[in-house]
Amino acid sequence: MAKVTLVVNGRTVSGECEDRMLLVHFIREKLGLTGTHVGCDTTQCGACVVHMDGRSVKSCSILAVQASGSTVTTIEGLAPQGELHPVQAAFKEHHGLQCGFCTPGMVMTAVDMINHHGGNLDEASIRAGLEGNICRCTGYHNIVKAVLAADAEMAGAGRRQAAE
Amino acid sequence: MGVEGIGARVARKEDKRFLTGKGRYTDDMVVPGMKHACFVRSPHAHAKIRGIDASAAKAMPGVIDVLDGKQLQADGIGNLICGWMIHSKDGSPMKMGAWRPLAVDTVRYVGDAVAIVVADSAVEARDAAEAVEVDYEELPAVTEVLATLEPGAPQLHPEAPGNLIFDWQLGDPEATDRAIASAAHVTEVDIVNNRLSPNAMEPRATLGIYDAAEDHYTCYTTSQNPHVARLVMSAFYNVAPENKLRVIAPDVGGGFGSKIFIYPEEIVCLWASKKTGVPVKWTSDRTEAFLTDAHGRDHVSKVKMAFDADHRIIGLKVDTIANLGAYMSLFSSCVPTYLYATLLSGQYDIPAIHANVRTVYTNTAPVDAYRGAGRPEATYLLERTMEIAARELGMSPAELRRKNFIRSFPHQTPVIMNYDAGDYEASLNAAMQAADWSGFAERRAQSEARGRKRGIGMSCYIEACGLAPSSAVGSLGAGVGLWESAEVRVNAVGTIEVFTGSHSHGQGHETTFAQVVADRLGVPIDSINIVHGDTDKVQMGMGTYGSRSGAVGMSAVVKALDKVEAKAKKIAAHLMEADESDIVVENGELKVAGTDKTLPWPQVALAAYTAHNLPSGMEPGLKESAFYDPSNFTFPAGCYIAEVEVDPETGETDIVQFVAADDFGNIINPMIVEGQVHGGLAQGIGQALLEGVHYDPETGQLLTASYMDYTMPRADDLPSFKLSHQNTPCPNNPLGVKGCGEAGAIGSPPALINAITDAIGHDRLAMPATPMKVWHALHAAH
Repeated sequence: MAKVTLVVNGRTVSGECEDRMLLVHFIREKLGLTGTHVGCDTTQCGACVVHMDGRSVKSCSILAVQASGSTVTTIEGLAPQGELHPVQAAFKEHHGLQCGFCTPGMVMTAVDMINHHGGNLDEASIRAGLEGNICRCTGYHNIVKAVLAADAEMAGAGRRQAAE
Repeated sequence: MGVEGIGARVARKEDKRFLTGKGRYTDDMVVPGMKHACFVRSPHAHAKIRGIDASAAKAMPGVIDVLDGKQLQADGIGNLICGWMIHSKDGSPMKMGAWRPLAVDTVRYVGDAVAIVVADSAVEARDAAEAVEVDYEELPAVTEVLATLEPGAPQLHPEAPGNLIFDWQLGDPEATDRAIASAAHVTEVDIVNNRLSPNAMEPRATLGIYDAAEDHYTCYTTSQNPHVARLVMSAFYNVAPENKLRVIAPDVGGGFGSKIFIYPEEIVCLWASKKTGVPVKWTSDRTEAFLTDAHGRDHVSKVKMAFDADHRIIGLKVDTIANLGAYMSLFSSCVPTYLYATLLSGQYDIPAIHANVRTVYTNTAPVDAYRGAGRPEATYLLERTMEIAARELGMSPAELRRKNFIRSFPHQTPVIMNYDAGDYEASLNAAMQAADWSGFAERRAQSEARGRKRGIGMSCYIEACGLAPSSAVGSLGAGVGLWESAEVRVNAVGTIEVFTGSHSHGQGHETTFAQVVADRLGVPIDSINIVHGDTDKVQMGMGTYGSRSGAVGMSAVVKALDKVEAKAKKIAAHLMEADESDIVVENGELKVAGTDKTLPWPQVALAAYTAHNLPSGMEPGLKESAFYDPSNFTFPAGCYIAEVEVDPETGETDIVQFVAADDFGNIINPMIVEGQVHGGLAQGIGQALLEGVHYDPETGQLLTASYMDYTMPRADDLPSFKLSHQNTPCPNNPLGVKGCGEAGAIGSPPALINAITDAIGHDRLAMPATPMKVWHALHAAH
């Protein structure tokens, strides 16, 4: 057994877990944050994407003990309670989700994409950037629209902020 | 239409919980004392079980028990069934082999469940499952439809000699043969419809909870139809009587057909919960999903299409063999028969059709309904044949189709269906215009100049949704009725709850059903809640599949609303001292027409529940239920056009544009309908270009058991789509809706293959058209 301490969604949390426990299972089972999903067993589907120290990671491909000491944001911590992050709002407005199962991973990947390449995204780069996240419902059409819209919105907000 | 009523692009009410990680899927459920299950599964495609030794496994850390098929059988749990009886053309009933929830003496496919391990944690259960010693005697296996019918092929079930389940036919064989004999031209095609894995992103899961004090069971499960699950588990599997079994399908992460069926795991976890005295949860991993979720398609067909000298179709003959896998899944028998052969007339006026369908057992996972279920197989066969015929006859594909379109309705086909409404030319014209068909030659020349092969292809599909009426499907062998139920409760403060037997697993019912109510009563959708997925809450239901939720489920809501409105008008008339016939519903109020007297819904509702002043003899309350049984199927139809560029160096296909023109009748929420089309197109394009389940034909091992081997469509495999809608309202339901869930998956594969074969210049190309296959086809042609 190993002790794991993390900052998750702004709160410091600790727990005991088996050495072999994956971060995704620690998040789901030890912390009860079930918004992060498991859709495959080969690191292909991206339903488990979270942010670790500011970068998107597939939480099924890292052990909880490896993540100890890091800062993690899950879908539950992306926006203050009751509010939506601009990417979440864009997914709603553009119908970028259906069954909702891939959605948390999609949103976390999209946020990371915009954080690192914001303002420079086009349809091709968004499609390339979402290559590690599988959706079976939407055909990606509206997800791409949502990310484009969120990118424009966030870039605009950034420019507005800079001007103030 | 109002801003929230029928036809409005209302953003979904359910989105916020999914977007913020607050969706509640079966694997998210945690109950006190809950333990975890892992199934011991056969590593062999076909073997005798000589013995099971679980002693080492039982001694491992955290293990509570290991249970096997003999114990399950001893407790009287029944075999899994196929719920649709098909008779062979000689009159004999289909040959159903026994499917035990846990195999007892024989395993018949890789993944067949043999035992269940229950342990404190999922990883401990998995460790122990590896330690269960099963002594197998391997038997030869067969995986392919032609091989399984060969003399001397390995035999799967004693009940089905020669592995033949049934040999069925539909239509008029003599008239069809006469048409072919007299034809000016006959197009002959061999068609393979590739086997697919549905791959809902949420893997199947179930949580079985036995309450000894009440002798009551609760089953959380990833189901598209929880009431059907309860009915089947009670009536056939002897798990528990209906009043002692609650089935809850909470948020479900996609279904596409694969979550219609009752699988062994639900049954075994409920039984294991009673045996062990603890709640038992099982969640499939993706490899298990590939192994055990019911697959789709897997047809091999021969087609003859006969034309007269004027290029009119005079006959169609189809001989199909369909692979049903190792066992007959719940609706497996109706997919290649009444959901397939009945659609072989397509959009065309064909006087004589004959379809012969044989279904066979193989040592592969069970095959059942997957998005479209039979209709994609019919459409692919028909639309590839039409395209090839046009090429043989030297006609444009559009003109050959136009010449043969059905143009007056109702139209009785020779294969049962009676089409009620449609305008096939409208969709064809809209699609050709959107695709700039007339500019294709120029675009092709530009591609050629860049060394690329450009092709364009179309498909004109029809499907049948909302299987109905119950008496008709009953006469064709269905074991259930295919109506839907609804209950509308206007609460005392005027808010509304709608209970529906339809189940949403991505389709957005919480929004669209609320739109129907808002449109009718003039109340905001925020005051309306849609409740579904729980047998303790909803009276009864048949669930969601075959694009039936709008045409059947919403129609039941409309029927219940009729009753609610009628009673509310009586109350309002009484309170306002007016004649009932003068009461109208407008903007959320009941008004006396032509006066300024009004009562808002909440006041009428409160009056109904206080019951201080109701018309004489009226029961208190404002809550009505209804069952709706449709009078006919609905018939969505449309035209899809794909345009592709093929790189002759690599065989890679680039979809340059994809156009979909659909007639779904009236539309409740265009945004959601478009989303359904997008998703269907992606699955159809996946079938055409990327996806295919492959078993090793010698060993029966599944070679495509992960996302590293089975190619799912990803964002960078697909284009954005150009959609349009035409509308001939369905005359047979109150909303005039037809259904939109499957169209994309039905119409897109032939459009794409027609486009690629146009690009490469010949028709010998099977799905999935991978770069390697396209490259070989291209270089064989030149």
